[in-house]
Amino acid sequence: MGLQALPYLMAMLLFVIGVYAIVAKKNIIKVIIGLMITEYAINLFLVLVGYRVNGIAPILTPDLAQAEFARRTVDPIPQALVLTSIVIGLGLLALMVAIAIRLYEKYGTFDTTEIKHLRG
Amino acid sequence: MVNLLPLFVVIPLAVAFGLPLLEKLHSPERTSEVVAVAATGALCAGALLLLNSGAGTYWVGGWAPTVAIGISLVADGLAKLLLCLVSLVSLAAAVFAVSYMERYTSRPLFYALFFLMVAGMNGVVLAGDLFNLYVFMEVAAIASYALVAFGCGRDELEASLKYLVVSALASTLILFGIGIVYSLTGTLNMAQVGARAPALHANPAVTLAAAFFLMGFGLKTAMVPFHAWLPDAHPSAPAPISALLSGVYIKACGAYVLLRLVFSVLGASPLVAHALIVLGAASMLVGVLLAVGQWDLKRLLAYSSISQMGYVVLAVGVGAEVLARGGPKAVASLAVFGGLFHLVNHATFKSLLFLCSGSIEYATGTRQLRELGGLSRTLPLTSGCCRIGALSIAGVPPFNGFWSKLIIVIAVVQAGHWALGALCVLVSFLTLLTYVKVQRYALQGPAPAALARAREAPWPMALALVVLAIACVGGGLLLPLYQGALVQPARDVVLDGLRYAQWALGGQG
Amino acid sequence: MESASDGPGGMSLIVKTVSRLVASFILLFGLYIVVYGHLTPGGGFAGGVIMASSFVLMLLAFGGAFVASFVSQRAPALWDCLGALAFLLVAVSGYFGGAFFRNLFAKGEPFHLLSAGTIPLSNIAIGVKVAASLFGVYLALAAFRLTQVPKER
Repeated sequence: MGLQALPYLMAMLLFVIGVYAIVAKKNIIKVIIGLMITEYAINLFLVLVGYRVNGIAPILTPDLAQAEFARRTVDPIPQALVLTSIVIGLGLLALMVAIAIRLYEKYGTFDTTEIKHLRG
Repeated sequence: MVNLLPLFVVIPLAVAFGLPLLEKLHSPERTSEVVAVAATGALCAGALLLLNSGAGTYWVGGWAPTVAIGISLVADGLAKLLLCLVSLVSLAAAVFAVSYMERYTSRPLFYALFFLMVAGMNGVVLAGDLFNLYVFMEVAAIASYALVAFGCGRDELEASLKYLVVSALASTLILFGIGIVYSLTGTLNMAQVGARAPALHANPAVTLAAAFFLMGFGLKTAMVPFHAWLPDAHPSAPAPISALLSGVYIKACGAYVLLRLVFSVLGASPLVAHALIVLGAASMLVGVLLAVGQWDLKRLLAYSSISQMGYVVLAVGVGAEVLARGGPKAVASLAVFGGLFHLVNHATFKSLLFLCSGSIEYATGTRQLRELGGLSRTLPLTSGCCRIGALSIAGVPPFNGFWSKLIIVIAVVQAGHWALGALCVLVSFLTLLTYVKVQRYALQGPAPAALARAREAPWPMALALVVLAIACVGGGLLLPLYQGALVQPARDVVLDGLRYAQWALGGQG
Repeated sequence: MESASDGPGGMSLIVKTVSRLVASFILLFGLYIVVYGHLTPGGGFAGGVIMASSFVLMLLAFGGAFVASFVSQRAPALWDCLGALAFLLVAVSGYFGGAFFRNLFAKGEPFHLLSAGTIPLSNIAIGVKVAASLFGVYLALAAFRLTQVPKER
């Protein structure tokens, strides 16, 4: 296993915490928070995929030669993926909160055990 | 023509963002509807033109793959098939929505979300690399969550929230799989991953990534046991959106991506093939058993969607299994052809059935089978189209469903799975039973007094119904004419498997 | 905004005074992040969020009712659509250079503000869009209670 796997394990632990919150909590707001925790866990995992030991940030400055930059930088592609994923998570969060507010207006509660009108 | 591939995504996006602007500029009453029908018509024409021109890869920004990391749009046989389906069903839904959405407010917002979903589906189908696939899938997904909740009633909001949480979790799993694939291969381009896949097939991480993809996309395709969101979400949406969701969304963002990943990117392994077979068989059986007991018309249609998508996944899984164990290629070819043909047919007859249910609801105000009756006399056109749709899905000759189910049963039996073949026939009988129930309670019998004032659908809705009904009838009888251009190239792409990599990179790279 | 000091909603006088002073600097900072997006980290999305947060700061400090009285509900949606259409225009203009989304303007010298072709334009379009849409979301959830219900079906 080794110590290199430890950050990935932490990301997985965060993911599992988020899934637990989605599955076990009865308040819609807590479910939403759990979903966002899983999203952030995946973002963390993606950033870790691109890590390089003793790497520098992928910003090209005038005093850095391109070859040396390419040799020392961490992988910028996962960072681009994470940026996009954060934006998608934000859009999702806005929609979820809007739906939760509307649900509260209809049912008067955030409790999922009472919002079970659809069955079968 | 390949140079214009980005327009399939740009046009719906431009319409989606332009329609609220037009509304703010106080344009005439029906502008949104006219623009919507015109745009979907243009996309449909473009898809048909693309079908006849050659296949190809388009590198965005002119960034060739050897020089830089580029984004590619790939239009091969499978992508063109799905593009035609998305365009046709969205055109029918847009025409239907011209009069159906009169009962709703905020219509420009509806069309904006509609076109966001179409843009997302087009993007998923054309994407050449994993991450753009994910981004467009999320665009379509978020638009669909909002559309399911569009009516803003109690049921719609509850269904949308359940659908949202489950589907967002699936997207997270998919992103996980993409991260694993990137860490193994160092590239996101699907063709480049496919080129490096054979060297990795012994790596257990590939199995993990495949498992995540199966879970995530199985959920998007509503395979059992990931199906629980569909019977709530699809009935709650307005009828044209239900038709889009059941007709193309679960195919473009679900089955198509499964096909692409399993065959062209990761390569068909026996484990994945068996998983597909199990998922497909379970969905077929559970879907139809739950559909028979439903009394809500749209919920019944939603459960039967699960069952029919099970047919597609089963057929493709059998084809993959035959390929993986080195069996006769003709059998695999037949199985994959049957699966893809059933995909096409399901898009037409399921969207026809959902639009019919929308027409019934528009005229009578209810979708409960117990409250309906005698519609063959009061709504002759709608009930005629509903009959055609029901006969197609039940697999009655000469409609299109019969031929695709026959091909699937023959292929499955030829591959040696006698039990699965018997299961296919059994599920077909149960589907017939389900739709006989629909006909008995909705179309025949005495008309209740409450429905005495029901009138036939307005002409836009009737036009959409008739076009899809003709597609159902023609899809079966005219198969020899169009299958060479539409279905065979898709089947060849699927069977070629990992040779997609060389083709996509060498085409215009 | 003198009348806001005694209006209902919003927060205490200290918060209102400080927000009034600070909000324009936050907006300027967000604009800086957007415009220098091709040189430093940030770019369209991050700068847009910072710009939106300056508007949201005013909303929180002065109360939803006050902001709703002079910001129409249409304005954020309008700017949202304009920003998105501007981005699509930049992308389609690449066709004049040969391919979709091609960077066809003069590239200039690296590390200068006016360089990198169409990238600053895309950043500005996305910055406008994100600022408008996030503020619009916040308005819709906090300041304007949407009371539209579907007509009886």
